[in-house]
Parts: sequence; structure tokens; C-alpha cells
Amino acid sequence: MGLELYLDLLSQPSRAVYIFAKKNGIPFQLRALDLLKGHHLNPEFLPANSLQRVPVLKDGDFLLTESVAILIYLSIKYQTADHWYPSDLQARMRIHEYLGWHGDCIRSTFGVSLWAQVLAPLIGIQVPEEKLKRNRAAMDRALQCLEDKFLGDKAFLTGQQVTLADIMALEELMQAVAIGCDLFEGRPRLAAWRQRVEAFLGADLCRETHSVIWSIRELAANKKLPDPPPEMRSRMLLRIARIP
Amino acid sequence: MGLELYLDLLSQPCRAIYIFAKKNGIPFEMRTVELLKGQHLSDAFAQVNPLKMVPALKDGDFTLTESVAILLYLTRKYQVPDHWYPQDLQARARVDEYLAWQHVTLRRNCLRALWHKVMFPVFLGEPVSPEVQAATLAELDVTLQILEDKFLQNKAFLAGPHISLADLVAITELMHPVGAGCQIFEGRPKLAAWRQRVEAAVGAVLFQEAHEVILKAKDTVSLADPSVKQKLMPRVLAMIR
Repeated sequence: MGLELYLDLLSQPSRAVYIFAKKNGIPFQLRALDLLKGHHLNPEFLPANSLQRVPVLKDGDFLLTESVAILIYLSIKYQTADHWYPSDLQARMRIHEYLGWHGDCIRSTFGVSLWAQVLAPLIGIQVPEEKLKRNRAAMDRALQCLEDKFLGDKAFLTGQQVTLADIMALEELMQAVAIGCDLFEGRPRLAAWRQRVEAFLGADLCRETHSVIWSIRELAANKKLPDPPPEMRSRMLLRIARIP
Repeated sequence: MGLELYLDLLSQPCRAIYIFAKKNGIPFEMRTVELLKGQHLSDAFAQVNPLKMVPALKDGDFTLTESVAILLYLTRKYQVPDHWYPQDLQARARVDEYLAWQHVTLRRNCLRALWHKVMFPVFLGEPVSPEVQAATLAELDVTLQILEDKFLQNKAFLAGPHISLADLVAITELMHPVGAGCQIFEGRPKLAAWRQRVEAAVGAVLFQEAHEVILKAKDTVSLADPSVKQKLMPRVLAMIR
């Protein structure tokens, strides 16, 4: 059995892995999961002993979770173009610097709108306005930092070429953009960066990767999303409680 | 100018870098940035890291922030023994997996445990409510279980048979709740035995030296200067939620 990727394109790290594998022509078997149906909690859908999270990579007997680890694994194993994860020490560390900040500071920030507008209502919960206000402020701070500290005057976040950092960041931001947050208003530099990343990836691949997240609001409005199974409820409540 | 490391050993990622550099005989200039004196908010430090966070590294003209990036930089630049971050693709991926996982899980929970039990009372002048503390500790407990079951399993170290960056990043995190007086190893013999192995691999003296500040924090943390308290307050309040 060749490479298998367990993904749900509703999740931003899954999309980063998908877009990277596709763009680089890495052959893989897509194992599409539906998180809203609780597929990741069901041993039938995910390989044994996984962390019940997507994305998961299965390469023969080797199982790997965490999008960043998966992206690095793929870039080394399939010897993708050097710019994605440069062999030059300082250039590579700029990517890790970004990913460290991403993991600590923005990872749980840009998904909140989706939770507030689509996912929490599925189980009858309303996220308090006070929290949403705080989240908007947090997104603002994160975007400012992304623009000033990371992007600066460069073409991409860590240099003049696209890297793993750019796709991780783009997919994180898309989580809010697709729900109708205009993150790029008043941020022409960041908007131009997005254009560059999407142009590099190609419009078709972007459309394909983002179709699920772009359609989620409409599906919710038309009541076409599945009712989360009971075992999902407690997990969803926990996630919602963790919104600062 | 050679390698400079901007650290405060009160911070868990700073301890990981300190231990790693010392253990591997990497020569560096220690630049202490005292967080509780607000030194990370100074203009001088903003020149090094505009995000005003420790740790930071300066190597000639090259400046680098974020602990995982700094550890990886030191690993490659100083050609330390392979086990810290193996060349083997799958072995390395195990280390990367842990380093990516810990951000919103162990890191968040260990930090909150220390802040809720030790730091907030100092800043706010009153203890954090028992309900909030209990919720924080319950979340920490769940994370510890994942650390033991999914990462450590029956191996000697988190990512394999030898100590790696993953172990160093994990143990320095766990010493945060330990410093706050939480008995996190009680009832977890596997995790306790792992801690002994990590301490032995690092060396007891170095381990002790790096953790002296945090292990005394419970009894010694105070804010002498009220103006510093004002400066730190916005960040502190952001952390209580």
C-alpha cells in the first residue's frame, strides 16, 4: 500500500497537507473523513492508535500526525523543490520561526468565526458576543504581526519564494475568510501576498481545496449539515469552552 | 560577537535551550532578560525581538526567535549527536510530530497551571477561583494522559530509544506545574520513570541548575515595582481566559 492521507478539507491543517501534496504531484490515496459526522472518533475510518485527529499520514506501517511534521516528511521523502523547505540553515530556520509563532499564537484564533457562526449553532450553542469581540481583536493583532514582523517587504512570509509557512498561514486565514471575515481590508500588503500564494498554487487547485470551506456557510443556512453524533457533542462543547 | 542567547530561566522554552546548549558544550553569551522586571518590554530588547518574547538568539547578524527554531538551529549549526534530532526520516518525523503537537496542548496547559496557582495571585492580589483552577488541572490531566499513552507508550523516550529535543521540550514544560506544587507524576509511574531517565541523560547538576528558579517560584515570586505590574497587566489578563 502506498501513501495514504486521512483528511477533512474543512480543517485548515488538512488543507495545507492536501494542497502541498497535490501541488508537488505526490501520489497518494485520499481517505476523506467527515469530522462533523465524528469519523475521526470511529476506528473504522482512522488507523488504529491515532490521536483521533486529522490530518494523519500512513506510509506503509508508518503513521504520522500533525500537519507540520507531515509537510516536512513529505518534502524530504519526495524531494520537493528546495524553496518549500530550504536546505540553507538560516532560510529553513525562518520557516520554523514562523511555524513556532503560528502554533502558539494564531492556531486557535482564526477558526473561532467558523465555530461561532456554523459549528456551535449545530449543537444549539451561541458563542457570547464578548468573546467574539475579543477574537476580532486577537485576529487584528495577529494580522498586524503577520504583516509587519513576518511578511515585511518580502514577497512571501519568510523570503522571496513560497514555503511551508505560506501555505500554513494561508489555510489558517481562509478559515475566517470563507466565513465572511474580511481580513485583508486595509491590508494591501497582506492582500497582495495572498494573491501571490494563490497564483503560485494555481486557481484550480485553490478552488478544489477550498470548496468545502467556501460552501459551509450556505450548507448551514440551508440546514444541510449533519447533526453531530452524541460522542461529538462533548468534544465540541470543550472546544467552544476554550474560546478565550 | 559570538552566539548570544536571550533567556529567562523562569520560562520553560528558555530552560530547554539553556540545557541543550550547556549539555552540548555550545559556547554562548547568556543575556538574561528578566520577565518579571518587564525587561522583555524594553526598547533595547525590542531591537532583538520586535515580538518582545524570550527566548531569542543572536548569532552575528542573524537573529532568531521561537524556541523550536532556536533548538533546530543549534542542532544543525553545532553538529550535536544525532539522537537529538535524527537524520533518519521517520525518527526525525517522530520528533517533529511531538514538537508540533505540544503548542496548544501541553504548552498551554502547563503554563496555565503555573499562572493560575502561582502568578495570578501575585498580580491580582487574590487567588484564582477553585473552579477555574480545577478546570485547568483537569485539562492538564487529559494532556498528560495523551503524553503517556500516545507519545511515550512503552519507549524509553518520547520519540524513540534515545533522548531527543522532544524530551527536553516536554520535561521543561512539565516542571512548570511541578514548580506550582502540582503532583503530576503521582499515579503515573511510566511518566515518572521517563522523567528520571531524562534527568539522568541531561545530568542532575545541569537539570537542577536550569530549574532552580522555577522550583522556588512558589515562595519567591513577587513584584517589587508597581509600574512593572501595570506594564505586564494587559498580557497577564489575556492569559487568564
